Order: sequence, then structure tokens, then C-alpha cells
Amino acid sequence: LVIETPVVERVLSSALQHGGDFAEVFAEDRSTSSAMLDDGRVEELSSGRERGAGIRVVSGETTGFAHTADLTEEGLLRAAEAASAVARSGAGGTRSVGVGPLGDQTHGSGGGASGPRTAGTKADALSLLRRADEAARASGGAISQVQAACGSSRRQVLIANSDGLLAGDRQARTRFTVSCVATGDTGLQTGYESAARTLGFEMFDEVSVEELAEMAAKRALSKLAARPAPSGELPVVLAGGSGGILFHEACGHGLEADHILKDASVYTGMVGHQVASPLVTLVDDGTIGSEWGTFGVDDEGRPAQRNVLIDHGVLTDYLWDYLRARKEGRVSSGNGRRQTYQHLPMVRMTNTFLLAGEEDADEIVAQTPRGVYVAKLGGGQVNTTTGDFVFGTTEAYLIEGGKLTEPLRDANLIGNGPEILKRIDAVATDFAMTPGTCGKDGQSVPVGCGQATMRLTGVTIGGTAE
Amino acid sequence: MSTATHSTASPAVGDQGPDHLLAVADRVAGWATSGEEIEVYVARGDETDIRAYAGEVESLTSATSAGIGVRVVVDHRLGFAWAGSLDESVLRETLAEARDNATFATPDEHVQLAVPDGVAAVDVDLWDERLASVPTTKKVELALSLEAQARGADPRIRQVDHADYGDGSVEVALVSTTGIRSSSRKTTGYISVGVIAGDGDASQTAGGFSVGRGFDGLDPDKATDDAVKRAVRLLGATKGPSGRQTVVFDRRVATMVLSVVSTALSGEAVAKGRSFFAGRIGELVGDPGLTLVDDPTDPRAYGASSYDAEGLACRRNVLIDGGVLRGFLYDTVSASRSGVTSTGSAVRGGFSGTPGPGCRALTLAPGPEGFDEDGVLAAVGEGLFVQSMTGVHSGVNPISGDFSVGAEGLMIRDGRLAEPVREITVASTLQRMLQSLAVVGADVEWLPGIAAGQTLAVGDMQISGI
Repeated sequence: LVIETPVVERVLSSALQHGGDFAEVFAEDRSTSSAMLDDGRVEELSSGRERGAGIRVVSGETTGFAHTADLTEEGLLRAAEAASAVARSGAGGTRSVGVGPLGDQTHGSGGGASGPRTAGTKADALSLLRRADEAARASGGAISQVQAACGSSRRQVLIANSDGLLAGDRQARTRFTVSCVATGDTGLQTGYESAARTLGFEMFDEVSVEELAEMAAKRALSKLAARPAPSGELPVVLAGGSGGILFHEACGHGLEADHILKDASVYTGMVGHQVASPLVTLVDDGTIGSEWGTFGVDDEGRPAQRNVLIDHGVLTDYLWDYLRARKEGRVSSGNGRRQTYQHLPMVRMTNTFLLAGEEDADEIVAQTPRGVYVAKLGGGQVNTTTGDFVFGTTEAYLIEGGKLTEPLRDANLIGNGPEILKRIDAVATDFAMTPGTCGKDGQSVPVGCGQATMRLTGVTIGGTAE
Repeated sequence: MSTATHSTASPAVGDQGPDHLLAVADRVAGWATSGEEIEVYVARGDETDIRAYAGEVESLTSATSAGIGVRVVVDHRLGFAWAGSLDESVLRETLAEARDNATFATPDEHVQLAVPDGVAAVDVDLWDERLASVPTTKKVELALSLEAQARGADPRIRQVDHADYGDGSVEVALVSTTGIRSSSRKTTGYISVGVIAGDGDASQTAGGFSVGRGFDGLDPDKATDDAVKRAVRLLGATKGPSGRQTVVFDRRVATMVLSVVSTALSGEAVAKGRSFFAGRIGELVGDPGLTLVDDPTDPRAYGASSYDAEGLACRRNVLIDGGVLRGFLYDTVSASRSGVTSTGSAVRGGFSGTPGPGCRALTLAPGPEGFDEDGVLAAVGEGLFVQSMTGVHSGVNPISGDFSVGAEGLMIRDGRLAEPVREITVASTLQRMLQSLAVVGADVEWLPGIAAGQTLAVGDMQISGI
């Protein structure tokens, strides 16, 4: 992905020819490959390539946006012309734009001087898929179907804007998923597990596909004997890792500045207020290791950073992108992200997690006379304006007398963000992260969630058992 | 093989019309060597998206995109590759990559491309010629007036979260070495508005929309009235009581329920043991009043289409008749696997996706005349009316059938809507819901998506609240 700096400068100047306060070029070259094993067969290998640029012009409160797959100067100038249409009423005139390097980041060993460390061949992917299939099927005779998928992507981005910024990033991502079906007298049950990192195939030095497969199989098998989940409010213990989805939904989205500035979040005007239990210190951090939501620079060229959102229960700040930060006269927090060059950036989370506490995870369960233990959450959804959110279990057990007893069928749990955050009464030390895909306004981006085992004093569980 | 090539190029696409796309597809298919079969899917689209906020245009996006997806079958092995460009060099690279991918797949006698089956396509006209000549200024005016109308509709509306106008045109050509040659095109237009109603500290949200084949006929009154009515009537909502109730699903919610059920009617899911309907053809799976049909040849359906995603004619398929399971939806491969023929039900997510069986235009045979929303409420008498549903992806499992969703709506008392409720869940299993289908509305509305909206009443559902 090479666009000469003088070309970028001419395109930015052209984008501002009718006026406007800000112009930006976001160019992207993305290749993806995936392999899927299903029903015992390698059914599909797929490869994709997409490259292009999105050009944004901001004039007052209005953003004009156009994108093109044509990365020649001519193609970029045409997109700049289209994006600048919104500024037609502006002052106009010639404005020359100069950009300088801010540095090229490399993430996930996607390239740079040393080149890809482990690109992974198609044969490598197939071997991993077969190993996962075998391990899942060996987990129990009731495993009736296994689907495993291995996907990887490489994404190179270049961002330049009329403030003089020029930045780039190379991101390699790899994801492996296993879905199992178990068949029994009670019908079909499913289990799922995944691993995903901002890495090449060296992810598999750390991740055992057999363990992923066995975990997915175990989830499906255990639910064959599951009873319907309870209906009504009970204490809930969330195991470390996927329980982080609670924070993603219960407050993460509500702390995104686009919702805040439109007064469409329950957290508007709450900075400095106690919004959660003192046990809650919540961080969004795009810099950590090779987590799924990690990157070098965000999709507006701002370096990823660590942002403390809630400190011992007190709301300290929101998440910001360029546009919303500019309105408030501050700088972006490195949370401007977009799915592809065909999308406008928005305020998005990166890796969002609760800092670990001091209690023992087993002890938290032992001290819960009756409740539900959620070993794995599958996903969730929130209405930021009301704060009401749901999150769904994919592996859960009844807690009776401080012990895990019967497995439960899948159900959603429902709560209200600000109320639930105050009901956290125990946080353990066993911190873990989990990868996820976050959808907002039609755009999906990779994110991480994390926390240690913790307890909520009461959550409404949406099962069918009266 | 019948084809429906439209030779009139619209002003917006000039010489890039369907004939051009067919020529590209023909050329790539012509590169096939002996012993291999090739299918080439070429698509091109234009879109305009406008968001209004606080009396101004918040963003205006105009874009054109094009791409190709190539499937290669050699020795019963399938390979796929796609690219977001139609440049000559890219076409060759994409074919080469698909060929390479095919060498890694497991040979499977059922893997094959579609072959013309003699079924004539119904010519469904989905192209609004007038859209191309609507100036952007008129679209901007519509978005701005929608926002203003929503803001002024009711004193309790304290914010308009978004007011959007969008339109698009898509043209597709599909050519294979097995004799498929089809092209199709369609235009779409929509407006959508999201409002926040406030009453003291409490806020409630709702949305409204209007969709069509183009600009003309979009109805801002309907979009606004719907959004405002829904948000305002939720003001004062409290967490509802737990218990067993008959649930009436609003038309918009009902379409989501039907969409989930459709996943279990996929011939591929059935063949691979991932459907609770597997092995139940000829059995009573629902209330005798339940008749479910997928008919993409109905021009009123949002998902109407002349051709499926493999170039076969779309056709009417009866899935459940009088409560008895009659059939599944198949593409070519899943049909072969099940020893039947394709039902013309292949769908795919644009040029970057491979085809698989799916619904386009599901409807339930409507209930007796007079069963509009009020009629259904009167028939039910007491229960819960659900106007919006969350967590479908995290709480509804089309393999096991477990169903648990977050809901908000109003209680039904004496056959009428009564006090509003929120932060509750509604749970059952899909199997039980089909058996407990109490009333099907006669109020069919073709909503965006793959299923019509009809008010539905389902008995014996578990509500979890206080």
C-alpha cells in the first residue's frame, strides 16, 4: 500500500477546495483467508482481497464521505471531490496541505522490516482444523457434529489528514473457532469456543486447538443433561474472561462520546460521580499484548492508548474519537475505529476490562448459598439511553449450598447498567480476557473483554423454570 | 435456460450496466480449463447515505463499489476467492486463488455448481428508474425534514438520536461453465428515525422507518408516527412481573422470530444435524393453524427476487402446511446431499460470500379477517405485548431451539394495551412456540428482511421480571 506523500497532500488540498475545516484520507489494503472444516470435511477455503480509500471532509457540523477502490491519484481526487460536496457553501479557496510522518506502527507481526514472522500456509490451517475435529469427536460419543474454522487477515492502513498527520499501521489477526453439536434424548445442544489474537499463526504457539475443541465439546455435552434455567432474580457469579461482556454492555457502549454528546446515554453528565461499586476499576486499553482489540494506531491515525474509565467506582472519562473530541476541545482517546475504508470512523471500544480484585474465585462460589454460575457468556446487547442490557449464557450451572450442581440450558440475563454495576460485591484474582466482535450502527470491529471471577448480588435470569 | 437481461442502462451507471457485468463474468468464465467448472459472480453498487442531526447534515456518504466472487470446482473440490475490484489483473489473481484453494478441499461427491433446471424465472421488477435522477439536495431535504418532524412531533420527544435517508442500487451478473447465465438489478430506498422520549428522569427510545424501491413513496409521517408512538407509550415503564403469559409479538418483532425459525429450515442445517426439524418431515410440528411459505416471486416482498444466488429461478416453497412439516430450503449442494433437487433458495452476502440455502420472503398464512393488532389483542384478552426484543443473537439457539430474549412492551388487559413494562425477558423454546401459536394476524406488512411482519400471539411463555 504505497501512496506517495505529494499525492496525499494534493488529495487533501483538493478535498478542502470548497472550504471545510478538516480533511482525511484513510487508505487500506486488506487480505483475508479462511478455511472451514464441517461435517468431517474441509468444505471451503476462501481468500479475499480489498483495497481502497475513504475520504472525509468535515465542514462545521457536517461530514462528507466518499470511498473508492481506485487508489490512483485520479481515483482519489474523484473521491475527494465527492466528499467535498458538503462544503460547497463554505468559504472555498486554495489551501495547501503538508503532512509529515508520525511513524509506522506494526502490530501482530504483520510485516515491517522483519516481514511476517508466521504467515501460516493453507496446509497449516487444514492440519489445525483436523486436529480440532478429532479432539472434539474424541470428547464423547454424543458429539454429532463439529465445525471448525480458521481465519486470518492482514490489514495495512495509511491515514493522513489536513492537520498534518501521517500515520500507518500493519495489523495481522488470526482467529480459530470450534462449534459442536451434541445429540441426546433431550434433543440437540451446542457448544462453542474460540481464540483470537492480533497475531499471525504464532498464535498457535500459545493456543492449543485441541483444548478449544474439548471445551466446545464439553459445553455441548454438559447441556444434554441441563435443566431449564431459572426465571427471576438470583445472585450470579461470572467466571473470569467472558464475563467482561457485562462491562462492554452495561457501561462500555454508554461511555462512547457519540452517545454522550447526543444525550443518548445514561452516563451523560456523570463524570466524577460514583457509578459503580468501589470494586470496579474499568479500563479500555488498545495497547495490551496481542489481544483481539489491540492495534498500533486507530483508524484516525491516533496511537492506541490506555484509558481508565471508572476508578474505584467513580466515572473518570468517556471514550473519544477525533470528531467528538474536537467538539469538546480535547484530543481523541485513540478510540476512532472503522470496519473498512468503506465506513466512517466511530467511537469504539478496544480491549475493555475490569481490573482484578483480591478474592479467591472458588471462595466466591463457596460463599454463595444459591445462585447461578455463568462459566461462559456468548454475547449481549444494550440500549445506551435507558441502560437496559441483556447478555446470554452458553455454559451455566446452578449454585446450591456454595457448590456448582446442575448444568442449565442457555438463557439471556437482563439488567440495567447503572443498577447492576452497583451490585458487584466480590472480585477475584483470576483475570482473563476473551475475544469478541462488536457491532454498532452496522459496523463490526474486533474487541477484547476481560475480568476476573466476580459476583452480582442479583440479576434477572430469563429461563423457563418457574 | 431463461435469462432476464435488462439492456437499458440507467443514467447512474452509464456503460457500467448489467451488460458490462455480464461481459466481465463471461470473460472470466471463459478462462476455464478442461476438467474444471467455474462460477463467476460480479456485482456493482451505488449508495447514498445521509444522517441529519439538530437541523444539519451530520454526514453524507456517496459511494460506488464493485467486486467479484469466483467458485472453482475441480474433482469434486470447491475453492472460492473474492476481490473488491474488477481490474483485469485482479480478475486473474482471483481466479488463480480460487483454483489454488480448491486443491486443499476434501473431495465430496455432492460438491457441484448449479445446472439450469428448466424452471422459468418470474420477472420481478425491482428497479426504480427514477431513483438515479433524484438530486442529492432532495435527499438531504428529506433527511432534514424527517429530523425536524420527529423533533416537533410531541413535547415529550427530547432528542432525535438519528434521522437517516439511504438508497442504493445493485446490479449482479452470474455466469457459470455449467450453463447458468443470469443478471438482475434492484434499487432500494429507506428512511429511518430514532427518538428519545423523556419524562422527568426516565427516558425511552424507539425507532420508525419506511422502505421502498426508491425515493418516491418513502413516508416520513409513517416513520415519525411509529417512532414517537412507540417511545411515548413506554414512558413510565417499570420492571414487569414474572409468570406465564400469552405473548403478542408486534409485527416488527414477529419478523425477527420467523427469521430465526427459518435458520432451522435450511436444508444444509438439516443435512448436517444442526436443526431441531431434522427427520420430522410429515410430522405435526406446530399448531394446525400454522402454514409457512417462502415465496420470493411475490413482488411485494422486500426480499423478492427473480433468481437465487446460484442463478436458478426463485420459486414458491411450502415449508409447513397446517402445522405439518412439508419441506426445507435447498441450494444445489445441500439438495444433492439430501437426495433432492434445489428449491432455488441459494442466498449469499454479496461478492465476498459463498451461497448457502436461506429464506427470502417468508409469510404465515394470515389469520381470519379483522385480526389486525387490535383484533389479536382483543382475542387474547390478557397477556404481554412485546414491541421490541433484544439479545436474539445471544439468547435464541436455532439448533437446540432454546429461546430467551430481552423485551419491552405493554401489558394487555381486557383486550387492550395497558401499562408499559421494561427490563424483562420472554422465554420458551422455538418448538413449543410453534405448538403454542394462538393467533396469526391478518395484518401482513412486508418489512425489510427475509420475513413478513404479522402480529403473532404465542401462549404459555415464561416472563422473568420482578
